[in-house]
Amino acid sequence: MKASEITALQNEPACSHNKEEKSGCARPKPGATAGGCVFDGAQIALLPIADVAHIVHGPIGCSGSSWDNRGTRSSGPALYRIGMTTDLTEQDVIMGRGEKRLFHAIKQAIDEHAPAAVFVYTTCVTAVIGDDTAAVCQAAQARWGVPVVPVDCAGFYGSKNLGNRIAGETMLKHVIGTREPDPAPYMPGLRVHDVNLIGEYNIAGEFWNVAPLFDELGLRIIGSLSGDARYREIQTMHRAEASMVVCAKALLNVARKLNEKWGVPFFEGSFYGVADTSQALRDFASLLHDGDLADRTEALIAREEAAISAALQPWRERLRGRRVLLYTGGVKSWSIVSALQDLGMDVVATGTKKSTAEDKARIRDLMGDDAIMIDEGSPKALLGAYKDLRADILIAGGRNLYTALKARIPFLDINQEREFGYAGYRGMLELAKQLALTMESPVWEAVRKPAPWANTKLVGLPVGGLLK
Amino acid sequence: MTEILKRKKPLSVNPLKASSTLGASLAFLGLRRAIPMMHGSQGCTAFGKVFFVRHFREPIPLQTTAMDHVATVMSSDENVIEGLRTLCDKNHPDVIGLPTTGLSETQGTDIQRLIREFRAHYPQFEQTAIVPVNTPDFSGSLESGFAQAVDAIIETLVPVSSHVGRRRRQVNVLASAALTPGDIEVIRDWCEDFGLRAVMLPDLGDSLDGHLIEAEHTPLTLGGTQREEIAAMGESIATLVIGASLNNAANTLRSRTGVPDFRFDHLMGLDACDQFIQTLAGLADAAVPAKIERQRAQLQDAMVDAHFMTGFLRVALAGEPDLLAGMGALLTGCGAEIVAAVSPIMADVLNRLPVAQVHIGDLQDLEETACSHAAQLLIGSSHAVQSAERLEIPLLRAGFPLYDRLGGFARPWVGYRAARQALFDIANLVLEQHHDTPAYRSVFWSGGPREHEVPLPASQAHPGLVRH
Repeated sequence: MKASEITALQNEPACSHNKEEKSGCARPKPGATAGGCVFDGAQIALLPIADVAHIVHGPIGCSGSSWDNRGTRSSGPALYRIGMTTDLTEQDVIMGRGEKRLFHAIKQAIDEHAPAAVFVYTTCVTAVIGDDTAAVCQAAQARWGVPVVPVDCAGFYGSKNLGNRIAGETMLKHVIGTREPDPAPYMPGLRVHDVNLIGEYNIAGEFWNVAPLFDELGLRIIGSLSGDARYREIQTMHRAEASMVVCAKALLNVARKLNEKWGVPFFEGSFYGVADTSQALRDFASLLHDGDLADRTEALIAREEAAISAALQPWRERLRGRRVLLYTGGVKSWSIVSALQDLGMDVVATGTKKSTAEDKARIRDLMGDDAIMIDEGSPKALLGAYKDLRADILIAGGRNLYTALKARIPFLDINQEREFGYAGYRGMLELAKQLALTMESPVWEAVRKPAPWANTKLVGLPVGGLLK
Repeated sequence: MTEILKRKKPLSVNPLKASSTLGASLAFLGLRRAIPMMHGSQGCTAFGKVFFVRHFREPIPLQTTAMDHVATVMSSDENVIEGLRTLCDKNHPDVIGLPTTGLSETQGTDIQRLIREFRAHYPQFEQTAIVPVNTPDFSGSLESGFAQAVDAIIETLVPVSSHVGRRRRQVNVLASAALTPGDIEVIRDWCEDFGLRAVMLPDLGDSLDGHLIEAEHTPLTLGGTQREEIAAMGESIATLVIGASLNNAANTLRSRTGVPDFRFDHLMGLDACDQFIQTLAGLADAAVPAKIERQRAQLQDAMVDAHFMTGFLRVALAGEPDLLAGMGALLTGCGAEIVAAVSPIMADVLNRLPVAQVHIGDLQDLEETACSHAAQLLIGSSHAVQSAERLEIPLLRAGFPLYDRLGGFARPWVGYRAARQALFDIANLVLEQHHDTPAYRSVFWSGGPREHEVPLPASQAHPGLVRH
């Protein structure tokens, strides 16, 4: 990929980060960098497409330590869980045999798994040695009649965020708009609208909490990028009447270009928390200009909110007044705040490292003007804030899980690899349960109190103490 | 003689291999106050970190030189220097491990020279040792990368000397990647039982055994072999080398110090344990403690009890060469038959496996061979879960990575007690797999009340039994 193309991708007019400082585009600092690369980001965005063979073209480092490590779920095919890589050897690199190996690898994947399509991910080494992945893909597609899509995502191009964008761009270039959708089944008395979801990954199957509501309202999801998606659905995303960008600034480029090229309007929203879920459904109704849909949506929201409110009541009593330290990126910083406040909890501070000025304004609306915002996410800073603010629980991404547990602190995982779904109205119940489960656990007391013999001198012999 | 079947496929499907870069980093994680910094793109490190965090369920110190597109094309020298400076400045580690990746090796980095340049520019950081190792992921695998790093550690930190036996009760133990933190503890205890003090290299039993510490956060390893201990390895009376992968490292240590060594392919099963204990007794010039005698007798008893289940058991193995050697001996030692063995790389020890053929390959090869030879039990990492499900046989988890069970990372395999437990577990998996004969439904029942009885599947007939 050319430097100019990377620069173009970093400039996203629809993104509110674009207006002021662009923290996402700084060069990584050697020796002090965390987070994944472009390849990682591209895989996050595309791997959930369940019937595609995802081939990683490179030596073992990229695929070997990352395959099958996502929490995303499929209701059907599990091809996305099969790790595939060309696993290049030293000889391949030196002798330039990578392209040939890739060509045959694509054939093997097609022969063995009959995938709907093959995605080929470029990695650092294959980019540097100059393998022409795009040409190999083109040749393979012509030879075997299966779509073969090159994803140019060498890790050194930049961050995970850029990888998401490259993935979106690749879908726009090669996949979206290549097929017309199937006609909607006839539903007596219901006007069906076709919609897209962008940036929803069905982590732990959480979207299945929300999906029944879409069916009830007559909203047919013709394409999701990319939770529980199929290749042939992604092809038809250009025919949607509206798109929702779910908690994902990185994929705004897809929504914007769907709008520019095919006139599909979009909005940004979230399915975390009662208020946000309701708002997302309302936004669909208003974008679709359907008065009847708006009425039915309001009725559904009233019904669901009443039901979940009743179901949450016993949990609210257990959680009320408990103090939460929240550390997540960007949009989630406010969407989860409202979810926690729904539960009667007290959010004492929230992370705003990736938040925009807009996000911060919303946080102030929710938490008041003296809301404490944490810009630095180092383990030390988090633990310090936890103590200073007398929090009862830390809610953060999985990478901080063992930081918290080492410090003997209750913890809830809110990111990618988690094993529970929190989306939608029903997801709130799961969230409440998990919060109570960790905070009420007796283990915390057990690990905090000193050993009975702590004040005696019998603390054991030093290593080698038996030796004279 | 074992027949070695080389890799013939272009596509590696469900890879068994993890990168040599990862292996080298793991070895450095067994040194005290250390941090590995991979020279490559930030994704190499992010993936590696997740890989180890999920396996050990511990925070893992791991940094990156964060090569981006500019560094990749122009030069990444400055990234290395800057990364080293940042780490020294921020954390003052005792040791920085500097493994290379496919990306930096393809670019043609010269890390030895870069370290010299760093030393010249920043003499104030001479307290921090830096150990370079060339581990591109297109060559070797986790085990070989680990072994290369051990070799490099010796080369860098053990001075050339001739003081064999100055420390009369000290022995060195070189521990391969096949040994878990639990294994290290077993070996250390054994040495102490004989009044010997073991210097483990590396000491994952001290750094990644999973223990809460007083300090809540540390940016470096929280245990491991101390640098001064490594420097004094030349004063030991002997070196015990566990794992054939460490032969080169053992040669290096012997040629630098003259300390005599005793080499063991593995320490699994009765015979290997007997030899090791015999060696320790000789070195210590002491009788075998009664405790060890008793454990040996317990293992023998278990072998007798379990032989009804392990005898003629057809087992499929997937793992790195040293693990295959140990498992092969343990299983064949109690009457099982290895019908499929897959290793990610070639190694000399594979020629000595008690098996007709070894595939150099992936989990697809394992699955195919296990299927065609009607294997009844699979032994492999968590990645083999899917294979076991498709084959409908139980899985005993061993190797890297183990992310879907707690404690797998620390499970000991070495020693009489661990061998006994492994046999119990294998036997229990076989017992659980036992299917009752399906109920026969008489034609004369039709029309009577028994016609509509619902037969329970065998697995539900025994609630509480968990498969795999």
